[in-house]
This record gives sequence, C-alpha cells and structure tokens, in this order.
Amino acid sequence: MPSIPALCRRTAGELAHMLAHGHTTSAAIVEACLQAIEVRDGDVRAFIEVFAHEAREQAAQSDARRRAGHTLSPLDGVPLAVKDNIAIRGHVCSCAGRMLQNYVSPYDATVIQRVRAAGMPILGRLNMDEFAMGSTTENSALFATRNPCDPARVPGGSSGGAAAAVAACMTPLALGSDTGGSIRQPAALCGVLGAKPAYGAVSRYGLVAFASSLEQIGPIARCAADAAMLMDVIGGEDERDMTTDPSLAAPHAVQPGADVTGLRIAMPVECFGHELSASVRSVLLSAAERLRALGARVFDISIPALDGALPAYYILSAAEASSNLARYDGVRYGQAAHGAADPEELFCRTRSAHLGPEVQRRILLGTFALSSGYREDYYLRACRARDLLRAQTDAALTCADALLMPVSPDTAGLLGQKQGAQLYAGDLYTVPANLTGHAALSVPCGPAANGLPVGMGLTGASLPLLLRIATAFEAAREVQPL
Amino acid sequence: MTKYEMVIGLEVHVELATRTKLFCSCENRFGAPPNTLVCPVCMGLPGTLPALNGHALTLAATAGLALGCTVHPLSRFDRKNYFYPDLPKAYQITQFYHPLCEGGSLTIRTEAGQKRVGITRIHVEEDAGKLTHGEHATLLDLNRCGVPLIEIVSEPDLRSPEEASAYLRKLRAVLVYAGVSDCRMNEGSMRCDVNLSIRRPGEPMGTRTEMKNLNSFQSVERAIRAEYARQAAVLDEGGVILQETRRYDQKSGKTLPMRRKEDSADYRYFPEPDIPWVRLPHDVEALRAALPMLPDERRARLMQRFGLSDYAAEQLTADKHLCDRYEAAAEQAQDPVTLCNLVLGEAFAQMTARGLDHLPVAPAHMAALSDLISSGKVNSTTGKKILSAMFDADCDPVSYAQANDLFALTDAQALRAAARDAIAQNAGMVTAYRAGKQNVAQALMGRAMALTRGRADAQLLRDILMQELNAQE
Repeated sequence: MPSIPALCRRTAGELAHMLAHGHTTSAAIVEACLQAIEVRDGDVRAFIEVFAHEAREQAAQSDARRRAGHTLSPLDGVPLAVKDNIAIRGHVCSCAGRMLQNYVSPYDATVIQRVRAAGMPILGRLNMDEFAMGSTTENSALFATRNPCDPARVPGGSSGGAAAAVAACMTPLALGSDTGGSIRQPAALCGVLGAKPAYGAVSRYGLVAFASSLEQIGPIARCAADAAMLMDVIGGEDERDMTTDPSLAAPHAVQPGADVTGLRIAMPVECFGHELSASVRSVLLSAAERLRALGARVFDISIPALDGALPAYYILSAAEASSNLARYDGVRYGQAAHGAADPEELFCRTRSAHLGPEVQRRILLGTFALSSGYREDYYLRACRARDLLRAQTDAALTCADALLMPVSPDTAGLLGQKQGAQLYAGDLYTVPANLTGHAALSVPCGPAANGLPVGMGLTGASLPLLLRIATAFEAAREVQPL
Repeated sequence: MTKYEMVIGLEVHVELATRTKLFCSCENRFGAPPNTLVCPVCMGLPGTLPALNGHALTLAATAGLALGCTVHPLSRFDRKNYFYPDLPKAYQITQFYHPLCEGGSLTIRTEAGQKRVGITRIHVEEDAGKLTHGEHATLLDLNRCGVPLIEIVSEPDLRSPEEASAYLRKLRAVLVYAGVSDCRMNEGSMRCDVNLSIRRPGEPMGTRTEMKNLNSFQSVERAIRAEYARQAAVLDEGGVILQETRRYDQKSGKTLPMRRKEDSADYRYFPEPDIPWVRLPHDVEALRAALPMLPDERRARLMQRFGLSDYAAEQLTADKHLCDRYEAAAEQAQDPVTLCNLVLGEAFAQMTARGLDHLPVAPAHMAALSDLISSGKVNSTTGKKILSAMFDADCDPVSYAQANDLFALTDAQALRAAARDAIAQNAGMVTAYRAGKQNVAQALMGRAMALTRGRADAQLLRDILMQELNAQE
C-alpha cells in the first residue's frame, strides 16, 4: 500500500492527546489526512468532495484557539468526514444520487452544528448507496467505492465511503447513518468499528430521511474509545427532532480498565443458522470464547421473532421511504424533467429519470405495502412483527446485558456480483436493532481465513455499555489500529 | 323537484391564530410578500423534521371545548400522502386515526327555529402552499405552507342552504369569541367544503358529491342550490349520482366537475414517525374553565343587561368586535336600544361602504351621539351626518354638532317659515296635494326639511307643515 503520513494511523484519542500536549497541530493532522486522500483515494474513491480549503481554515482556527487557551472540546482540531446524506450548510448534499446532485443545503444538520461547536474540521463528503439504499455502495449514481483491504471488493453499504475512508486512514473519524445496518455492515467488511446509537440518542435533524423510525446517525472509527468521543460530541436531545430521547443522554467515554467480568452476553441461536458462512461463524465463535476468557458469561438464547425481522424491515423501511422520498418531484429543488404538460407528468418524468433503480424499487414496494387492500397484509403485519421482536428483545435483555451476533453473513464480496434484492438477505443480522431501536455496534474481530475483516455485532439497551465491552475486547486482542 | 330532501354536511377548515406555524417558527401571518415566511422545515427541504407548536394544540382543544366536544389529552399525527405542487413534502401531516376532538354540536337558528347540528370531529393539520395560475406559468407561494389548521367536520344534519349558512355564521362567531381564529373567508382563514346528497324523505342516504373552493357564505348557499337542482334532475331522469368533487362556477351558476385526480387518490395513511404521541400542554379542565364567554351567553347578557330584543342581540353578537364596542358604549349611553339601532344600522352601513372591518369611533363618542339622538337634540338625518364625520376623523359629536350648527331645529317660528317657503316654492305639488294626492305631502316634507339644512325636528316640522297646508285652503 502506498505510504501515507504516520499521523494518519493514529486514533482520534491519540491525536487529541498529542494536540493537548503540543506534540502536533490540527493543521498538521489535516494536512496529513489530505495527503493520505491524495495518495489513496484515487483507488479507494471514498470521497465525493474534499473540502481542502475549508478544512485547512478550520484547522488553523483550532490551532489559534489552542494557543489562546480556549479549546472547544477534547476533539477540537481532530478532523472527520461525513456521509453525503447529512446536511452541511453551503455544500451539496447529494445522497449520491442524480436527483440532488446540484442541491446545496442552506442549513447544517444538528450533528454538524455540534461537530463545528466542538472545533472539528470537516474533511469532505463521503460516497454512499443512493439515498442510503443498498449494502455495497454500488448503488451510488456517481461511482463505486472500493474496500481498502482488497480493491476488487465492495466496502459494504450504505456508508461504504465512510467505512473505507476510516479503514484507509484518510480520516480518523467519520459520520455515517444506519437504517438497516448501514454503519455496522460496512464497518465489519472494512475492519473498523461502527456504532448505531439507540433510536433517539442522536438528532436526525439534517439527515436526509430514508426510514424515519429506523435510522440513526452514528460514528465510524478505528476503536471504541474514538467512537465514544465522537458520540459525546453529536449525541443528546434536540428540540428540532421530536424523536430524540433525553433519557438516552449519557457520557460514552469509556473508563480506563473497562472490563467485562460478570457481564451476561447472550447469543441468539436464530443468528447462527445456515445463512452464516462457516468462516465467519468460526471467527465469531472464537470472539465469543475470548469474551468468556475475559470473564463474561456467554450463553445461548432464543428470540423466535428474529425470523420475521428481515421481511418486516423491508416492508416498513420501504413504506416510510415511499413517503420520505415523495418530495423529490422537481418542483422546488433538484433535477427536474423538462417539457411536462402537467404536474403529474412532471413528477413522473423527473422521478423516473433521476432516481436510481434500487430507489425506485423500494418506493414501489413501499407504496404497495401501504396501499388500500394490501395495507393489512403487509404494512400492519410488519408492524406487529416489529412489536413482537421488540417485546422479545426487551425480555432477552432482562437476562443479558448484551446480545452477540454476526454483522454480515460473509466477508466482503466482489464488486459487480450481486445486485438489487439479492443483497437484501445479507441484512438479516443488522435489521433487528433498527426495528427495535436498541443500540448496536460492530467491532472488528477478524480476520477470516481468507484474510478479510469480520465484525462482531453487539446489541443492547445502552451504547456506553456496548462500547465498554468493545474496548475490553480490543485490549484483549491487542489490536493495533490499521 | 321539491320531492327530494337535501342532506348536507360541512367540512370547515379554520386557520388557528398562533404566532408561528404548526411545525416551525416561521411567522403565521397573512399578506406577506410571497415566499418570505418560509424556512427549510416548512419548505420540506431534505433532512428537515417537524417540531410541534404546542399553542396550536391548545387553540384546537379550545375550539373543541367551545363546540362541546370530548377533547383527548393525548394526540397522534398521521401522514396523508399525495402529490401536488403546493405540498412540499408530498404528504400532509394531519390527524386521521386519532382526532384531537370528537362528538360536539352547534345550535343554529333559522326562520324555522332552533336546531342542533352534530359535529363529528375536529382535528389538527398543516396547511399547504398557494398556487396562482397565470397565463404562462403557475406561481407557488409557500408562506401559507405549515400554517396550523383545524378541520371541523359536521354530521350530515343540515337540510337547507339557509341552515348551512346559519351553521357557518354561528361557527365563525363561536371560534372568534373563543379566540381561536379570525375566521376571515376572504383571507382564507376559514374555508368551507360542502358534502351534498339528496333522497326522498324516509329513504336511505343518496350518493354524495363534494364541493370545494367556496369562498363566501353566499357562494355556499348558491352552490348548494345549484347542486341540488343538478342531482334532482339526474335522479328524475333515472340516472345515477357519481361520487365526485365539483366546484361552483359563479358565471354559469352551476357546479362543474373538478379534474383533480384527488377523487380516486389512495392516501396511504400511516402514523407520522417523526412525531411521538403528544400531550396537550394544558389540562383539559383548566382550558374549559378559561374559555371566554361564547356568543349564546353573550346574547343572553345583552338582552338582560341592555333590554335588547333577541333579534338585535343576535345581530350584534354575530360580530364580536362590534359587540365589544357596543357593550363598551352601552355602559355610558342613556338609551341602549337607540345605541343598538345606531350601531347595527348606520354605523354598520358606514363600515361596509368604507370597506372597514372595525368601528373607528371610540365607545364614548358613540354613546354621546346616541344620547343626542335619543334625546331629540339632533334628528336621525343629522345623526347620520355626524357619524359619517366621526368615521372620517373620530371626534366628540357634541362639539362637532355645536361647531357646525347641527342641533335639531325646534323653534316653531323657524319651522313655520320653512314650511311656508316650501309651499310657496312648490305650487305644483301643493295643487296636486289639494287634488287628492296625499303622498305628495312626503315630498313637500322633504323640501321643507332641505330648507332647514336637514336639521328640523321631523315630527314638529311635519305637524307644522300639515297645519300650513290645511290652513291655506
């Protein structure tokens, strides 16, 4: 791999420490990242746009603040990059689609406001599956992103650009979004850590909506401590998002010497069935062993409702998406078709031309599921399946502190292999946490026999607890950041 | 044709008098330049979310209480999905499954008597933008988008156009008195859709059609009559009524089908995921206790306190502003009935003629003018002149009358002189009178009055004129 500056290999925590002790500057860090992007992104293609000038300016401001003695936060001066479905004022927010390819957001998402308030320079916007629909980032209307571990392979999706950028050391931190696994799965496939906060822990104001009741913005990083630091910047109640839950506000930073002694970790048998590849299974079972060796009680559990999770997810997410994406009609912003004779024709032509095939597929599916005559059998039934899963998972979490399961049934596949609905089945382990609203993360626990990364999934009521487990796990593995 | 009975239900949309919109902090104000009261939220820009304005819920609950409804303390919102250029999110946030209020009523009065009209439900929803169709393009103004509305759905209890407009008038009065809305149909803060079906008495309900875009109480009445005629003609010929949406065309006086595809739209309602269950900001009983005095109670008070007739009190309470002004003046006036006639008569006429929706004269001045009239110090014609001047520039009527020499002329000598002059100047009329045309006396009276510059005490002048006419024979 072509050489990148040493600074790029540091974790965000290490960088923060170095900044605090005057061993480096934000300008140096940002410059290093820009260099890494220069060297690697021609191949990886994680970034849609690099904000080189702005990032340098923000770094300079951070350094000036530090010299004057007013740092804004522990992460002041540490840069990050952002998935392109999170609104950044004055920048295009394309969601990797043609519909919004020229749409400039006039406002900052809440998480961006908080990132700015923490003094973190923003390196640029990251590639993704169009409108967050997909699990390989191949649905981007722009270009495909490659897995830094193997350029012939996908980085996962839909936050593929974010996972790849962190894995390739182009940025220490990234923000992604997770509707059905879109942070955790690419993190697993690229060998980094990705977390989906509990629903309501982070404001969705400024996240271009795909499925409102399922998604959260979350951190992608190279270790749990970094993810925790970023969560402490972005998390918390927001009066502009009525679904944020003040009771979820909690410090995420992991105490030193975190351990898992006595923690109860349950493995749902439904997640270790025939869908799971043998190589991934063996890595996960070793990981479970390691947790046992660290003092955790690891045992099997059954959550039968997991079997209905995948179809319920696809119906509910598509139903919400069909509504959330209806606003893309060519009237007020975005690409519009020309020469339409009436509004209906304008809408139809605009959407047919400028929404990708996967997006159209899901809108049609969702519209169908909500239509009169089908609503009972599809949408309402999916709601009931969701309620059942929530109840059973809550019950499981009374006798366990966390659930352990796979993130992806297999390691990263080759580019250009599977398409469309063929990929849906790969989401079966991640969608449950979106349906129930529990916190979930993927922590690297590989590699598999083929040398590719594997992620261990943890689900629980509290993200701080999951990060604690992940930290202890990392320490025991003596994982060096890539 | 009268063999069919009308069955009418009304759906009235009312804009709530909140300071800001339902889901964002843009100002809720009519008449601003286009697209100036907008923000990313009400424009439905990507990534935005609704943040509920609690005051809108409070006003909606107040409306429900004023209309005798059950108000639910917990509320839920739903999405109504359809495509239209004036709907930025391509869905409207409304309350389909769990309306805030249910099961109320409104008592109306028509010439036929009193009637109780049921109210099925009242729910909260956001308004859409406004389209203006021009020659070459349609213009979109999003100022109105996101304004809080309540939709008030009546039971199909109305049976005539008169009942329909009585319902609308009463509804407006109740909502204005409750402080919920200013209910101005001409500004769009009150809109009415009519559901109409017809049937032979005793038969089950017929197919109904919906009429939209009715922008005055009058056009509601006319549309009802026109649609009744149309439906009756169809049934008489053995045809079938199609369930459809129609609009009333002023020019032809007929209802015409609207070509919007909304009729067959499947709105795919589902619960709004961005808004959890919300609790009313105030306890329902506290809101009920804080309700302002409503029109019926006000009418009773006017009758009791000021001795007004039922009819006069009803007229006054129909306009809250006028009613408030009247009461303030009546506290100071010697004869509340004269004041009432002044307010409902000439003052209201002046307001209408000048296109005013408020009375620009201070209550104390109105009271003083009423006293001048009731004591006979000015006659009614002069009273009207003074009132007009007070509309031009509010002033004390006594000073004005003094300055302009307007006090009633009661001096018998002056009146006799005027009468004689009128007779002398109008020989032809006098001849006609003597020839038996009694009503010419009225014209002569007019001439005589004019000679006194309208100031003569009418009764005295009449007596003197008749004396002169008969004496000179």
